[in-house]
Amino acid sequence: MSTATQPSGPAAPPVDLVNVQVNGQWLKFPKGTRMIEALRQASVEVPHYCYHPKLSSPGNCRMCLVETGMPARPAPGQTEVEKDEHGFAKIMWSPRAAIACANTISEGIGIRTESTLVQECRKGVMEFLLINHPLDCPICDQAGECGLQEFSVEHGRGTSRFEENKVKKPKHKQIGPRITLDDERCIMCSRCIRFTSEIADDPVLGFTERGSYTVLTTHPDKELANNYSLNTVDICPVGALTSSDFRFSMRVWFLKDTKTVCTGCARGCNMEIGSRSNVIHRQTPRENNAVNSAWMCDQGRLDFHFVNSEARLTQPTLRENGIHRAATWQDALAKAATALQAAQPSQIAIIASGRMTNEELFLTKRLADNLGVTHLDIVPRTGEADNYLVHADKNPNTAGARLILGIDPGSQLQTIKDKIERGEITTVIALQENLLKKAGFSETQLGKLQTLIHAHVLANSSAAAASVVFPLATYAEKRGTMINATGRLQRLNNAVEPVGEARSGWEFLRDLTLAVTGQNGLYSIEDVFKTLAAAVPAFTGLNLGKIGDLGLPLLETTETIPVLEREKDRKAKGIIVG
Amino acid sequence: MDWFLIISSGAKIAIITFGIILPMVALCSLAERKVSAFIQDRIGPNRVGIPMTLFGAKKDIALLGLVQPLADGLKFLLKEDFTPKHVRKFYFWLAPALVLVPALLTVGVIPFGSSIQVLGKQIPLVIADLSIGPLFVFAISSLGVYGIVLAGWASNSKYPFLGGVRSSSQMISYEIALGLSVIPVLMIFGDMNLGSIVRFQDANGWLLFPAWGSGWTLQRWILLIPLVISFVIFTVSIFAETNRAPFDLPECETELVAGYHTEYSSMKFALFFLGEYAAMIVGSALIVTLFLGGWSIPFGHYLGLGAADAIGNWWVGLLHVGCFLTKVAAFIFFFMWVRWTVPRFRFDQLMRLGWIFFFEIALANVFLTALILMLVK
Amino acid sequence: MAYTVPRPKLSLLERTYFPTLIGGLKITLGHFIRFVQGKGKVTMSYPEEKWDASLPEHYRGAPTLVTDEHERERCVACQLCEFICPPRAITIVPEQIPAADKFAKVEKRPKAFEIDMIRCIYCGMCEEVCPEQAIFLRKDYAITGTTRAEMVHDKTRLYELGGIREGLVNKWNPLK
Ligand code: SF4
Ligand code: SF4
Ligand code: SF4
Ligand code: SF4
Ligand code: FES
Repeated sequence: MSTATQPSGPAAPPVDLVNVQVNGQWLKFPKGTRMIEALRQASVEVPHYCYHPKLSSPGNCRMCLVETGMPARPAPGQTEVEKDEHGFAKIMWSPRAAIACANTISEGIGIRTESTLVQECRKGVMEFLLINHPLDCPICDQAGECGLQEFSVEHGRGTSRFEENKVKKPKHKQIGPRITLDDERCIMCSRCIRFTSEIADDPVLGFTERGSYTVLTTHPDKELANNYSLNTVDICPVGALTSSDFRFSMRVWFLKDTKTVCTGCARGCNMEIGSRSNVIHRQTPRENNAVNSAWMCDQGRLDFHFVNSEARLTQPTLRENGIHRAATWQDALAKAATALQAAQPSQIAIIASGRMTNEELFLTKRLADNLGVTHLDIVPRTGEADNYLVHADKNPNTAGARLILGIDPGSQLQTIKDKIERGEITTVIALQENLLKKAGFSETQLGKLQTLIHAHVLANSSAAAASVVFPLATYAEKRGTMINATGRLQRLNNAVEPVGEARSGWEFLRDLTLAVTGQNGLYSIEDVFKTLAAAVPAFTGLNLGKIGDLGLPLLETTETIPVLEREKDRKAKGIIVG
Repeated sequence: MDWFLIISSGAKIAIITFGIILPMVALCSLAERKVSAFIQDRIGPNRVGIPMTLFGAKKDIALLGLVQPLADGLKFLLKEDFTPKHVRKFYFWLAPALVLVPALLTVGVIPFGSSIQVLGKQIPLVIADLSIGPLFVFAISSLGVYGIVLAGWASNSKYPFLGGVRSSSQMISYEIALGLSVIPVLMIFGDMNLGSIVRFQDANGWLLFPAWGSGWTLQRWILLIPLVISFVIFTVSIFAETNRAPFDLPECETELVAGYHTEYSSMKFALFFLGEYAAMIVGSALIVTLFLGGWSIPFGHYLGLGAADAIGNWWVGLLHVGCFLTKVAAFIFFFMWVRWTVPRFRFDQLMRLGWIFFFEIALANVFLTALILMLVK
Repeated sequence: MAYTVPRPKLSLLERTYFPTLIGGLKITLGHFIRFVQGKGKVTMSYPEEKWDASLPEHYRGAPTLVTDEHERERCVACQLCEFICPPRAITIVPEQIPAADKFAKVEKRPKAFEIDMIRCIYCGMCEEVCPEQAIFLRKDYAITGTTRAEMVHDKTRLYELGGIREGLVNKWNPLK
């Protein structure tokens, strides 16, 4: 969980640096840094469980013990202290190890992380942790990314000296709609407890019983049901808290992680898609301190099952005599193009979507300009915001649509509907929108159309009314960029291949434009972005590579992100490292 | 025209080609596999017999695998006859025939028995009793190289091409040694009719075993020195001429995939295969004829089994044929034995051996023979 | 540094190549004769003769799945064998054991377990890596089929071949 460098505003004031000896080497660190962070900066890994930079540090796992020493002070009557060969005061090593996660560094101290003392401490802590730990690794979802496994390989003894019976605790316990708890595996690090109380403001977890019998549990009559509960699964260093959805679906070492962003709302939380052989198995948050810190809402992270579902459109279809039949892309495109060419520009409307990427929106705009279409709008989609990450705007790319299409979302929808009623608009292109749902069109309105060109990822009611249906790729199957609510330009990456004959939206729009106007020249998403960057001033000088994994601030907004505001606050107070 | 001569010649051709040489080729291919297997402590093909299970019986009759050549032949016939697109069609088709035909033609002058009495007439057991036997054999068998060169060239592909080039240079080189090494023999006989050469040996002891008739002379025994040299050079050259291991460089699979017949499949490949074995058989027969008395039975002269005894005694004629075939078979075994013992030569070694040693030695040998013939009476 | 291997000095006789040639011919003829006498036979005539009886204990034949003495599937679908398998012959789909099942306490089992015997190289890595002693290489070596599909052993077939294995570590022992 390294703190990613963020482009910050004004240059930070110079910080005081202190000298610290790390494993015999003198280095400089900013004053007040936690030992564990200073060691991380020096590329020294300290095994730890309870410490999490975004949470308070109770120091209860004792895994991070290191040997420390203070600079020698002059003995009474002496003016000079003994110096080492670098000219620093000699270090008086403490006979007791100290935890690195909660202590801060000061001038002249020394830290050793590989001494015999430290190794003995780690060995001892590991042995205690493993005394009652079950041999569950073969069925434990955490295996492969488990702190306990990793550190017991590095610091454990390999065999057990414990001959008594292990303590039995509840296993396979559903403590919330999305969380399964295995108490035997819990190592009492309390990360989950701290998360629920400090971040999610839903303190439902706690320890009961004492000593070896301590168990983690929910408060009486409560369950871990808040919309951020799955974050506890991510931060639990062991397999005690597991996701009921991901449970037993795939071992983590088979998963290919693809860096992308969530398209559930305008927040654009950074995430990783874990997939294997074209099947998505889970989505986990990816730290971005300008967007989502290290968290993500449950809703966004579980909203991927439709990608592999039966409801996906897999083939273009044409409606003939009221019946849809499968067609080739070529035929479908030709039919759509003929219909568009036959209509007057004023008779055509394009309903785009705030769920499309910038590249797709740009090609939509180009298609509209080529056809001379002025009836162009997207469907606004609002919901409830929470005080954490979830944004009220449910379209992930409203900002992009405003910028590229130059429209005010939803302003033209009523006009278009009226004109359809009056028969002035006869042809509609619906891109990634079900016109009968949020857009609020009625069946009769659609019935009045001569041609409805419908491109979507899922089969739905308005597909049935369409004359031509094109299958599109979902967020997980395509590349592109989006602009989130705070004006940040971020990249989408493809984790899996499109199902069936589905194609990326930009490919569809390019081919449709080609079929209508004969223009071409775009072969890759990079090309599209290049053209976009040349055409829209805000993007000038950018390319996909420059955006990077964490995105770039593109537009100025006054929006703040509640979770980040509180995090800044706690960081300023020194509660967390951040 | 003597009708009897025509009919008997036709019968001889048919019997020798289809009754002796081709079955022998087939058996050779089986023998080769068996011999190599035995030398390597394996079993070799022992399965193919009469497939009784096809007719509902419980067990096949294995017959020691003797039917294997038939199965092989059938396989060759039934395999896809694939002609690659890039070859020169006409020559590509011509080449296999050019390999097989000369090998079979040379059989014509080899006497495979004394004579046999049929319908009261004495028929000499040789198809064409030419008075230029060895020359005919050399002339025709050297045509075989055209088949190989054509195959290499027409295949239009690098490995066959290299195989063809190697083959032509190898054959030309060894033909010289072959020709020179046979001169001492002809000097001694003073005759080029293979039939009379054998009859002479039958009466006066084999060249390499002058133990009866006029063989018991000092001259014949001293002549053994050049003759053994001739024999060795001749035999080795035959190995080289027939592309047999250790001189099988034209089809050296470690370097050239399969050499000149890389692009061939099915029956066309089989023709190369047949040609090679036929050449080996003819080579053996020639060696036997020149040096080891052909069809003659050792001491047959005294045992009443000489050439003259065949007149009126059909079984003596048959015995001669049997004797000849036995000798040839023994030689073929020798060919195989060498193949599964000696590693392949390098091409430069091969050339060195041919040009620097055999050529000179064979040449000197001619003079040595002449000297002996002149001085020792 | 380059080092030139000194060539052995050959006598004139040796340089003629004949002594070695004859030596070689002697050796091969020796083998030939011994074989004809029936002394050198080492080959077995499969399938009439089989060496099943003399298969060593450690022989690695087809990998199979086994159940324990209570007919519990030992495999818990940890997918380690799938991971370790060098030719990627194994495909596993894990599932949760339904609560009604006798062995619900074990929590996890394979829903599908397939070994592609065309891919398997009989290396035994799966047996070695299995933490549950659930997969074993048996002595079956004649794995044949007329279609590719037939050569993929599914869970049923694997248990059929594997059978029951008793007396091994049973980590679901309530005391442990
Ligand atoms: S929590 Fe870790 S150590 Fe414990 S069973 Fe799970 S993977 Fe194994
Ligand atoms: S459940 Fe996990 S995060 Fe919570 S205390 Fe136990 S080990 Fe720590
Ligand atoms: S024996 Fe080797 S190749 Fe075969 S399934 Fe097991 S691990 Fe894979
Ligand atoms: S390693 Fe063993 S327990 Fe794990 S999936 Fe393979 S057979 Fe099953
Ligand atoms: S990480 Fe320091 S005590 Fe747990």
